[in-house]
This record gives sequence, C-alpha cells and structure tokens, in this order.
Amino acid sequence: MIFRVIDKEELRKLFYILVADNTVIGPVQKGTDRDGNPIYVFEEVFYFKDLKLHYTTTKLPAKRYFLPFKEDLSTFRINGNDWEKSVDYNIDRPYIFFGLHACDINALNKLDKVLIESVYPMPYYAAKRKNMFIIGFDCIPQPYCFCRSMGADTVLHGFDMYITDIGNRYFIEILSDTAYNFIKTINAKEPKESDHVRYMKTVAEKNKKFTAHVDTTDLTKILDMEFQSEVWEYWGEKCLACGTCSMVCPTCYCYGVEENVEIDLRSARKTKHLYSCNLIDFAEVAGGHNFRFERYVRLKYRYYHKHRGFVEAYEESLCVGCGRCGEACLAGITVPEVIASVRGEEK
Amino acid sequence: MDTQLKFKDIVRAEEHRRQDDLGRFEYSYKAEITSVHPLTEMENLYQIQIIDPEERRNFKFRPGQFLMLELPGIGEAPFSISSSPVMHGTVELCIRKVGNLTNFLAKVGRGTRVGIRGPFGTSFPMEEMHGQNILLIAGGLGLAPLRAPIAYVQENRSRFNNVDIIYGTKDPSQLLFTYQYDMWRKDDINLHIIVEKANKSWKGPVGMITKILEKMFSKRNDPFYKNTYAIVCGPPVMFKFVCNTLTEIGIPMQKMFVSLERRMHCGMGKCCRCNVGSTYTCLKGPVFDYWTVMNLKEAI
Repeated sequence: MIFRVIDKEELRKLFYILVADNTVIGPVQKGTDRDGNPIYVFEEVFYFKDLKLHYTTTKLPAKRYFLPFKEDLSTFRINGNDWEKSVDYNIDRPYIFFGLHACDINALNKLDKVLIESVYPMPYYAAKRKNMFIIGFDCIPQPYCFCRSMGADTVLHGFDMYITDIGNRYFIEILSDTAYNFIKTINAKEPKESDHVRYMKTVAEKNKKFTAHVDTTDLTKILDMEFQSEVWEYWGEKCLACGTCSMVCPTCYCYGVEENVEIDLRSARKTKHLYSCNLIDFAEVAGGHNFRFERYVRLKYRYYHKHRGFVEAYEESLCVGCGRCGEACLAGITVPEVIASVRGEEK
Repeated sequence: MDTQLKFKDIVRAEEHRRQDDLGRFEYSYKAEITSVHPLTEMENLYQIQIIDPEERRNFKFRPGQFLMLELPGIGEAPFSISSSPVMHGTVELCIRKVGNLTNFLAKVGRGTRVGIRGPFGTSFPMEEMHGQNILLIAGGLGLAPLRAPIAYVQENRSRFNNVDIIYGTKDPSQLLFTYQYDMWRKDDINLHIIVEKANKSWKGPVGMITKILEKMFSKRNDPFYKNTYAIVCGPPVMFKFVCNTLTEIGIPMQKMFVSLERRMHCGMGKCCRCNVGSTYTCLKGPVFDYWTVMNLKEAI
C-alpha cells in the first residue's frame, strides 16, 4: 500500500485535473430539511466549492449510477411473429466518484459478491462497476451510524484512493496505478512519522464518536431461534410497507422486470426496476397466492436476508450500518432497535 | 499525462476472466412454438423448439430444471420443463392460463417465436435412484414438473424397482395428460389417481392424496421404504401433509425431493423474488431434498 500526504489546497487542484476530462460525481448540498440540517445528494459536480466533502450522509446512496432504479435490459424489434433482440448495458463512459464514505464503498464490495462474483455475473452492474474510479473520503460518525458494529467503518479494497483529513493535511491511501498517476500530477509527499501519528490519532478520535451499536454476536442463530418471536409482529404493526428502506439502502438490489410494447407496435422493451421486499406483491405468484402476505412477514424477511442469509453465504452481513433506512423510515423503525428487541434486550 | 480515464468495455475487456458469462446473462435462444395441445380447459401443452440447429443440439437439461420463457413485450416467466431430457432443444411446457403472459400465450398459435433462457436450477438425482423404488406424488399442476422424471423412468424402466405415481386433483376435469395413463401403466408404473370431488362418470377413489398413501403403506413393509425415493410436487399445503406422512412411515429425508414454485424475474440468483428465507429457489432449487426444506424458513 502506498501512502501520500498533501496540503489541503492540493485537493482542489486534483479535483480540477479530474473534472477537466471526466465526469465527476460527488456529494453536493440540496437545500435543508425542516430542522435546518443540510440535505446531501450524489450528483455531477463541476466546481470544487460545490463538493461538500465533510458531508454527513446522503439521503440516497450513489446506487443510481451503478444500480439505476429503472433500466432497460433489452429492446426488441418486432416483425409479425418474429423479433430481434438487442442488449445494451447502459453505460458509455467512466465515472469518478469523489468522496464516498467507507460504508458506501463496502456496500459496493458486498454487491460485487452477488452481482459479479456469483454463478451468473450481471453485466449491467459489472459494466458500471468496472468503470468507476473511486476516491473515498473519511467521515464523521453520526448518531445513527452503526457501521462499526457491521465491520464497515473502514474499507480495505474496492476503491482507487482514500483520503483522511488529519487536521493540517490530507492523508491519502493509494490502491490503483491510475490513482497513483493522478497523485503524481499534484504536489504529494511521502508521509513522515509525524503524519502517521496524526493519522492514528484521527482514527482513534473518530472511534470514540460512535454512539449507535448493534450486537451481531451469534446473530444468525438468534434470528433462527426467534423466527416465531412476537417482536416481529410488533414491528410489523408499525411498518407501513412503503419500501423506503430498500430505496435508500446502498445494498438493496432486488428487482422486478416488466415488458412493454411501444406505441408503434413494432418494438418492445424489457425494463428492470428496483423493488422492495416490503411491498405487498413481492412474493405474489400468478393465480394470486402470496408467500409473504402479512407486513411483519415481509419486514422479517428483509432482516433475514440482510443479517442471516447473506452471512451464511458470504460470512458477512449485507448491512453496512449506514443508518439511512432508520433515518428515512416514516414509522421510525431502526436496525439497532429491531435487532436489540429480537435479542430480548431492553431498549 | 493523459488525465482522461479510459472506458472499459467489459464484455471485451481481457481482464475479466468470465466475459462469456457476462454476455450470456441476457442471452435468449430464439425458439418457435411447434404445437399447442389443450390438456384441460385451463392448461395447454406447448411444444417449443430452438430454431438454430447447433443451439438445439447443445441445449441440454435434466429432469426438474426450469427455463424462462419470454414473449417480447408481454413478459417473461419461469416454467418447469415437462418433457424428456432426451429431446435436446425441443421442450414441452404444461402451462395454465393464469396470468398476463400465460393468457397471452394461450391466444397465440404455432409458429410464434418466443425466447427461452436456461435451463436453470437443480434437478432430481435420477442416477442416484437407480435400483430403488420411486414414489412420484403430484397434486394438481404439480404433475407438470414430474412428467420429466416420469419420462426418464419410462426410458430407463429396467433400472428402477417399483414405480408408483400418486396423483390428485380437485375434480376429474382437471386431470392432466390423461392420454398418457395407459402408456405409463404399460411401462409397469402403478398409477393411483384420486379426486377431491367426483362427478357422475368418476369411478375412482375420492379424497386427498394422503388417503392413497395411507392405504398403500398399510400393505407394504419397512424394507420397502428404506429403499424408496419420493418426488413430491404440488400446492404448498400439500407438501406439508404428504411429507409428514412419508417421514412417519420411514422414508429418509434425504431421499424425499420436492420441487418448489416461486415468483422469479431473472432465474439467475439476482432479483431475489424467489427467495425462501434467504435461499434462492432458482439457484439452490427448485428441487430440494426434504432435509434442506425443513431447514428453510417458510418453505412449505
């Protein structure tokens, strides 16, 4: 691993070098919420002043760039009884992601396991993922962040470089040769022992700031044991089955496919749209049988997929602990509370 | 230095060691409906043949596997293959008119071109069953996926011991593949049929499938069950009763196979629609042994 330190002003230079020839996506502020707190989103950035690197958490993850909510899988030319199919992976250029937090990069690494490294790799995702240049940026833990409990507060791979603010300078971790070449265009130095000390101090201070926790010890077994537990019905009563949690989740990838004939009746398209297992018809089959009709059963299923099934398959949870679902939930359901209640812990 | 990032075409990119897989994700074989045979008022048997001769030769599947059938612009859905694996590239699907795609399918005739992807999923371990007794138990449309293992048994009849098909439907008008019953019997397959509600012409037994099972079991002895495999397919409620009965009489859980049906949008372990607990029916199933099913939450 290669480390560099740069003066803060150098980052601005790096940004303009990157933005000159590439599309840069980063956190920008979009107004404020009713309490006056800024709302951040990932969007294309043109000016360094718009890039809010010290942002809290974006409302939506960056997934619209690699798992769009709506995407054409294929299109057809129809000619009588016959047809021709054409497939496009819907990407035409590389994207630079400037300022992703560790949790969001970890989310990508988890998605890679299902969508690229599994039996049937999904080209729509792979094409976009392989064309991502990722610059990670260290975060400030928020009251709802439980990434540390999920082991997602630091990230080891899946990015090109990672920037940590160590007070007077930026400390940069470089993983790819492309990133190395970019760093060469600005004034970057080898870190000194004093920079190492500052880095370690920054990390130690950050660790103290986590307030939300989830106890994941033996969680797969406990979830299995508590499958019939009444707590699920309690949370199901609250849940509105609106699907917001899946919408804001950086790792939710479930989808539905729909086909439509165009108005000229000569072509058709097959469209994929992200779905949510909390929506009522998620597991409904033709003929009307619904395998998960009750709200609490669907809510429970979502927890079982994230915290049990994925762990069984990949030895890690599908949840990164970004806390977006809890923040966005209209009924105020949060992951730490649900898990604690399943474990029988007092709130 | 050049500061513009290069676009990577992943299907061509050499670094990706599985480029062929990527290209196959949305690849469908173009196939043609070569015949439509009405089985009941609700179900038709479609014979579908892959058009390209080479693709047809290379299309291989095993009894129990399913495919995704697509009518461009209308929809795509999973169907278990109900024909013999010997016929490469020509498959028969028994389809009930129940949703958008299937109702549309009932209206189009032979010559219509459809897309098929697959075959997907696990299959019944037919070789493992050689030299053993087989119970094939189907409820309603559950006979459709069982027709593939039945065809396998017919083609390899001498390799199996006793073979029984136990089949139940709501009423006699819903019986599928009636024209084949004589052929099955001729191949020394015991066929037991039961209906829940008889009509005037029905002379056979009336009741649930378990009624036949209990009657059968009272006549046979323990060693018989130790060397018996069971394949079960039907509506969710049937699984529970049948599998419980089979376990009680001593058929080992690893020798009982069920074929589960779920909603599917991809067939390749991506869309999550078919998940049972958190197991993909399309990857780990649709054929599961009963031990696995017992360990899946909400499977049956």
